[in-house]
Amino acid sequence: MWPDERVVRFVNQHFLPARVHVKEDPKDFKRYSERYSAPWTPTILELDADGVERHRVEGFLPADDFLAQLMLGLAHMAFKQEQWADAAQRFRDVLEQFPQTDAAPEALYWTGVTRYKATGDGASLKDTARAFTQRYQDSTWAKKASVWR
Amino acid sequence: MPIQFRRDVDQVLKDAKARQKPVLLDFSAAPM
Repeated sequence: MWPDERVVRFVNQHFLPARVHVKEDPKDFKRYSERYSAPWTPTILELDADGVERHRVEGFLPADDFLAQLMLGLAHMAFKQEQWADAAQRFRDVLEQFPQTDAAPEALYWTGVTRYKATGDGASLKDTARAFTQRYQDSTWAKKASVWR
Repeated sequence: MPIQFRRDVDQVLKDAKARQKPVLLDFSAAPM
């Protein structure tokens, strides 16, 4: 996933990248893997500017799936900061650019939640539940959204 | 050009706070 040019561009544009290596930096690996509860590799954490974990990827993913996960993490960061318009756009970007990935149904779910948080309108949740009857029906996120019907 | 991962994680975290930029922290066992 790291050699993919799109991944390189995205990481360099949006993050300060840091690495701890299990063999090259064993003391650092122990220290940070305990701090962030990350005993397995590869584990990739997206931390906000305050160092708080907002998203993680455990295990290898192909480039499209990995990029979608990185975008999802940034969307979750915007959500936590209550930047609703930014979060909604980022969740939509995941859906539109990587609809075949596992990140897409999660993005659809959170698009609905973000719209609800921004407007207080319960129709946002109902619309999302309805959307899950058309796509990603077998996903965990469809089950979670089913309560909104 | 590959991603320039830094190894000074504490300093990266300080820089992230100063620059208000997210951090991507990779726990890796890949050949270096």
